[in-house]
Amino acid sequence: MLTIDNVHKTFFAGTVNERRALAGVSLTLQEGDFLTVIGSNGAGKSTILNAISGSLIPDTGTVRVDDTDVTRLPEHKRARYLSRVFQDPMKGSSPTMTVEQNMAIALQRGKSRGLAPGLTNTRRQLFRDKLASLELGLENRLGAKVGLLSGGQRQALSLLMATFSEPRILLLDEHTAALDPQRADLVSRLTADIVAEQNLTTVMVTHNMDQALRLGNRLIMMHEGRILFELDADQKRSMTVPGLLEQFRRLQPGARQEAFDDATLFESVKTEDGS
Amino acid sequence: MIAGIELGLLYAVMALGVYLTFRVLDFPDLTVDQSFTTGAATTAMIILGGGSPWLATAAGFVTGALAGLITGLLHTKAHINGLLAGILTMTALYSINLRVMDGRANLSLLREDTIFTPLAELGVQGTWIGIALFLLGVAVVKVLLDWFLYTDAGLAMQATGDNPEMIRSFGVNTDHQKMLGLCLSNGLVGLAGSLVAQYQGFADIGMGIGLIVVGLASVILGQGLFGSRTVVLATLAVVLGSVVYRLVITVALQAGLNPSDMKLISAVLVVAALVVPQLQFFKRRRERHQASEAARLVDDLTDTPATTKAGA
Repeated sequence: MLTIDNVHKTFFAGTVNERRALAGVSLTLQEGDFLTVIGSNGAGKSTILNAISGSLIPDTGTVRVDDTDVTRLPEHKRARYLSRVFQDPMKGSSPTMTVEQNMAIALQRGKSRGLAPGLTNTRRQLFRDKLASLELGLENRLGAKVGLLSGGQRQALSLLMATFSEPRILLLDEHTAALDPQRADLVSRLTADIVAEQNLTTVMVTHNMDQALRLGNRLIMMHEGRILFELDADQKRSMTVPGLLEQFRRLQPGARQEAFDDATLFESVKTEDGS
Repeated sequence: MIAGIELGLLYAVMALGVYLTFRVLDFPDLTVDQSFTTGAATTAMIILGGGSPWLATAAGFVTGALAGLITGLLHTKAHINGLLAGILTMTALYSINLRVMDGRANLSLLREDTIFTPLAELGVQGTWIGIALFLLGVAVVKVLLDWFLYTDAGLAMQATGDNPEMIRSFGVNTDHQKMLGLCLSNGLVGLAGSLVAQYQGFADIGMGIGLIVVGLASVILGQGLFGSRTVVLATLAVVLGSVVYRLVITVALQAGLNPSDMKLISAVLVVAALVVPQLQFFKRRRERHQASEAARLVDDLTDTPATTKAGA
């Protein structure tokens, strides 16, 4: 399905700022796998996602979707296979265009765009049905400009736009990180529902270890551009957040605990909230 | 007055082109200053050579579009800043336009047949019937542009100006969109140049100088006065803005200003159109409007029972 083979990427090579973002990452996803990727800042989580999406070309190594080598394919040509939800809720939709126009753009993902009308009654009905599944009332606001929606609504819309045209692979780039805990919860729940319903092959990068354990059937922890350890479905089910931290400390005795402080902090905030 | 409205309607075709780059693609394209003359020069040469005026008009569109393509290539393939790419094409076009015009700075069409000759023969040019016919012609261009912007391809072009990262992630090559937009835009500008040359009875090497400011004045003035909520409204506002601009110029000339003061008036008009909305009074009015629109949306969304579930 998705095969990443020995991918390397170094930023600012040959300068004092040289940084190895990926140091030989290999990974294979089967149809329907939902992989969550965790790790501290600079571990290479986002870089690996960018290498898959094409917004970044690796130095060496290959990325394959099914049997097609897409390593050097520009981003817009990969859209045929995969779709993506960005961390920033503002990035996934077009603010001066309406909800239905955004949906029409998403409907044509990876297809050629001709001179057929972008909005027809059939399409509007489809959009209304799909939007209704978000349970946010957006199906009654097809003509509203997306810029008027809140961050949570926009991210839910982005998620729908990325998924309703049934991509081969869905990429989620910390897509709940910029939302308040309630909205993050909502988008998280929608993600689980949509992925399960369509049996989407998914890669999700997250800072939130609790979320990484709740969602998906596989998990990898990255550190300094490598995969530190991987959990399969069984191991993942029985894993806890303290367990993950313990695992991390055991494998990286030198690494400092604070690498995960933001994640643990977030956990404690959530428990205080009682949610 | 009537001549002002007629000219305003002809220049509206150019303003629609400026709207396409400046507003839709968010691309400040200065090619306009000379692609207008390119269209005029091409048309004049074909008519003087005995060609059909309609063919000459179509050729004005095509050569304008080619000028836009060059700016597009410089920007997307050679990675030159958009503003500079436009300036470079515009500068080069000055020489090319002179070549097209056979080295002459002015070509007279007064004794030639143009697409407006039938109107003059019927005696409707300069009358309200003439204006109605001009209006019809501009309406056709406007409706075609509206139609295009609402197709799948047009939506992709709108999104390219609005959120390029997002539209790339949906499989659109933003470079292609920009080139297509620049072609269409400068095609309209070249068409306007062709029409104006036939209407005025001459093509002049300097006729496009400062035109981008006229285009911006029409777009900004029109959208300030008549709004821009949807594409259909925005393009209508651009057409009306172009007419209003011409009328302001006509009034200014009648008030005793020199034709040579026109460029100054244009620039002052654009500055005014940009500054006035920043004044406290308008700012407050706009904020109130936006707040009420957002509130209406929130109301609508919270009215549905499902949100209680979402908010829990």
